[in-house]
Amino acid sequence: MTTAELTPAEWAALDDVADFDEAIAAFDPVLGLEVHVELGTATKMFCSCATTFGAEPNTQVCPVCLALPGAMPVVNGTAVEYAIRIGLALNCSIAPWCRFARKNYFYPDMPKNFQTSQYDEPIAFDGYLDVPVGDEIVRVEIERAHMEEDTGKSTHIGGATGRIHGAEFSLLDYNRAGVPLVEIVSKPIVGTKASAPEVARAYVATLQDLVRSLGVSDVRMDQGSMRCDVNLSLTPAGNPVFGTRTETKNVNSLRSVERAARFEICRQASVLTAGGEIRQETRHFDELAGTTASGRVKETAEDYRYFPEPDLVPVAPSAQWVEQIRAALPELPWVRRERLQRDWGFTDLEMRDLTNARGVELVAQTVAAGAGAGDARSWWMSYLAQQANSAGVELSELAITPAQVAAVIGLVSSGSLTAALARKVVDGVLAGEGEPAEVVEKRGLAVVSDDSALQAAIDEALAAQPDVADKIRSGKVQAIGAIVGAVMKATRGQADAAKVRELTLKTIG
Amino acid sequence: MSLNEDLTRMSAVELAHAVQTGEASAVEVATAHLDRIAAVDGAVHAFLHVDREGALAQAAAVDAARAAGNPPASPLAGVPLALKDIVVQKGVPTTAASKILEGWIPPYDATITTKLKEAGIVILGKTNLDEFAMGSSTENSAYGPTGNPWDLTRIPGGSGGGSAAALAAFEAPLAIGTDTGGSIRQPAAVTGTVGAKPTYGGVSRYGLIALASSLDQAGPCARTVLDAALLHEAIAGHDPRDSTSIPEPVPAVVQAVRRGQGDGIKGMRIGVVTQLGGEGYQPGVLDSFRAAVAQLAALGAEIVEVSCPHFEYALAAYYLIQPSECSSNLARFDAMRYGLRVGDDGNHSAEEVMVATRGAGFGAEAKRRIMLGTYALSAGYYDAYYGSAQKVRTLIKRDFEGAFGAADVLISPTTPVTAFKIGEKVDDPMAMYLNDLATIPASLAGIPAMSVPSGLAADTSLPAGLQIMAPALGEQAMYRVAGAYEQARNAAAGFALLDRIAALPTAAVPTAAAGR
Repeated sequence: MTTAELTPAEWAALDDVADFDEAIAAFDPVLGLEVHVELGTATKMFCSCATTFGAEPNTQVCPVCLALPGAMPVVNGTAVEYAIRIGLALNCSIAPWCRFARKNYFYPDMPKNFQTSQYDEPIAFDGYLDVPVGDEIVRVEIERAHMEEDTGKSTHIGGATGRIHGAEFSLLDYNRAGVPLVEIVSKPIVGTKASAPEVARAYVATLQDLVRSLGVSDVRMDQGSMRCDVNLSLTPAGNPVFGTRTETKNVNSLRSVERAARFEICRQASVLTAGGEIRQETRHFDELAGTTASGRVKETAEDYRYFPEPDLVPVAPSAQWVEQIRAALPELPWVRRERLQRDWGFTDLEMRDLTNARGVELVAQTVAAGAGAGDARSWWMSYLAQQANSAGVELSELAITPAQVAAVIGLVSSGSLTAALARKVVDGVLAGEGEPAEVVEKRGLAVVSDDSALQAAIDEALAAQPDVADKIRSGKVQAIGAIVGAVMKATRGQADAAKVRELTLKTIG
Repeated sequence: MSLNEDLTRMSAVELAHAVQTGEASAVEVATAHLDRIAAVDGAVHAFLHVDREGALAQAAAVDAARAAGNPPASPLAGVPLALKDIVVQKGVPTTAASKILEGWIPPYDATITTKLKEAGIVILGKTNLDEFAMGSSTENSAYGPTGNPWDLTRIPGGSGGGSAAALAAFEAPLAIGTDTGGSIRQPAAVTGTVGAKPTYGGVSRYGLIALASSLDQAGPCARTVLDAALLHEAIAGHDPRDSTSIPEPVPAVVQAVRRGQGDGIKGMRIGVVTQLGGEGYQPGVLDSFRAAVAQLAALGAEIVEVSCPHFEYALAAYYLIQPSECSSNLARFDAMRYGLRVGDDGNHSAEEVMVATRGAGFGAEAKRRIMLGTYALSAGYYDAYYGSAQKVRTLIKRDFEGAFGAADVLISPTTPVTAFKIGEKVDDPMAMYLNDLATIPASLAGIPAMSVPSGLAADTSLPAGLQIMAPALGEQAMYRVAGAYEQARNAAAGFALLDRIAALPTAAVPTAAAGR
């Protein structure tokens, strides 16, 4: 995808901003991306509360994560391991010794009124991520990946926008307070020109792919387990000095990453072209309008008064531990995909579609269960993709396992099922009727392979349509379709079409 | 003297023995102390909350265990204790002497509280302190000052004035204190009691309402060194809930006291710190200290003089680090989840309620330190203030390392002056801060330090204290010297200091008979 699709309303909103091509002609965009990943640990960063998403409000809390007087944090070792895993996968150096720091500011959903984070001593730093953008590879330098805790969640009741302004009251849920996060901060990404929005999206997509493969987070942008802030500034074309940047928050999908970057390029170009100045500020992305709006402007600069967290001892991962983690890292997802593509003999297009549909692992597991790669791909990418699409779920969320798909494929190749019957078997599995063999049994879906039964149906069909036999004999072989169709109808689809065709031709002679 | 009065005059060791042998039941011991509190605490005001019911239930459980033939839960089973009201206790109001926590009932126990309960130690109630332990006189309590049992018009020290006064008033034989810059040692010195600050990390801080996390340390308070050592062993030890607690065995301090009292301290090297004395110290305090040095020398210790040049900067560094951490630690008191809430009338935002609550709930000293700390941590000032203070801290640690090369323990007067009048220094924060001159270096270095009575200062006839400091985890040397010194001083004087304290005015106790 090279351009973000905009709705008419979005185009209308763009009226008062510059045209993208004109903006790029006059300015070079500089990108910076901050991605928060919620780690999939069973317990929180500094206490043993559960981290399950969607639990009843304020049921996963304790004295520590509610910041009751006297309560103290203790670091979750698994979270540190996950952070190191991310750091290593991003080719970062791992700090042999680092500390947490307190980031002090008041907010009702932050129980201590400081966030325990890392400041000038991140666990991982100086890495890079190679991002495929079209046919090119863009290397994005990683500044740092550091550990921190999430805040609670405020829900503002009343008022039109769901934002705090105009709300009648607010509800606080501290279940999320203290959930471990890793924040991955890129260095400024320069020289991307018109592809800046696409690079932003591709970077986040690649990062998501990588982190998912590490098994440390489910990286669901829709559920907030992966969140992205897009920093963007413009500098007059060819000028090496960076301009003032804005930080756009609330960017909750890959598509939004691209749209937010694109909109900010156009907006900032329009301000600068008119002789205005860009204010360093936080902006919020509006999903519906596709635009960004200024956040609350603070009268004074935010001063977080960072200092080393005295309640926690430093984190000092041994070189041996780090090497153990490195050795246990899974194959990088794109390396694995290249290998699988070679093994499976898929075209680039087939592999890309499969990847985009998040079907690679499903096909791999189906192949591992004994199916051919081509059959596995075609099942997941056609019939099952349709089912997933109409149910509005991911392929992996369908109520059928790769092993079951492989079993269906096996039944087709042994001739026990036709393609049409196989789809019915799959329907049965999806409907919770049991294993494929059970569905075949219960629904009576086995192929009619009894030649005499088929012969009777063919004879009947030929008798009913005498002209068809003549057409076939005169060379119009395609006319046989009428006979096959009639036989399929008579057997309620349980005949093998190829077999019917063969027998029909034999009958006619 | 009635049996009850006898019980309140006994040491923790004696009380534990009485309970173990059946001479007195734990309920009788607890009742005697609760009655004493009812009789004298109107005048002393050592307690913010007396948990008569809870204490008697705990005592009854100790008696029941003994009746069932179980061995005592610990060497202190059945002995009552006063808990500083900055340590959380499940189901019992905990205020840190602040209006902002008025009425808050903790839903959990601090690790210390759990250990006390498991040891069969009977918690009588919660003692007064300077708000959030900020102060040296207990005058900063939002609930009124505590009187020094030696002279009720004078301060009992602070922040743990309530705990120290409870001991000197014979309301409890044991108490828990917390020490950030001297809050255990200075009250001990000015009330003629014993108080020990363990090595930083020696006692869990979980459930201790934080003042300055890198300095706070809970410790034992008692009337004798041996009692303090027994309590020290009961509360110390590694706690997985406190990441800064030390994963080492508890030092055998009871054995160390007995060794000091038995074998003495002959041949030990005791260092007198040049910088902790002289200008700013009351003559009577210095005389008392010199007498202590002579006594230690007479016991066969080798007295050496050591210099710690950077101690000069300790007070300044402390008053940057402590307010900085405090400003952040006190941020959680925001009316959102517990405690006081002001201005929640439907017309004010959460932010406005936070501001109003903090304005109304914190006292002047808390506000002063929050402002100092916020300033010191601000961008542009961090390096000059907080950063420099941390460097001084390192230099002070090095001074100690050098000094401990020449001496096994270091000594000094615990405080520069004896107890002053209530109200005398409230308008002069700097004069107040100077009370911690001698105690702050050990706090910054995280080393153990304790105060034992060194007699009455001749010029004021009020108690003075001897401070004994040891290297990190060197509690045994510290307690050994303390045990030997206490024994020698009592022997030379012919009495323990508190034996000569004047009787307190007592109120009639209507509930006393009903309690038994």
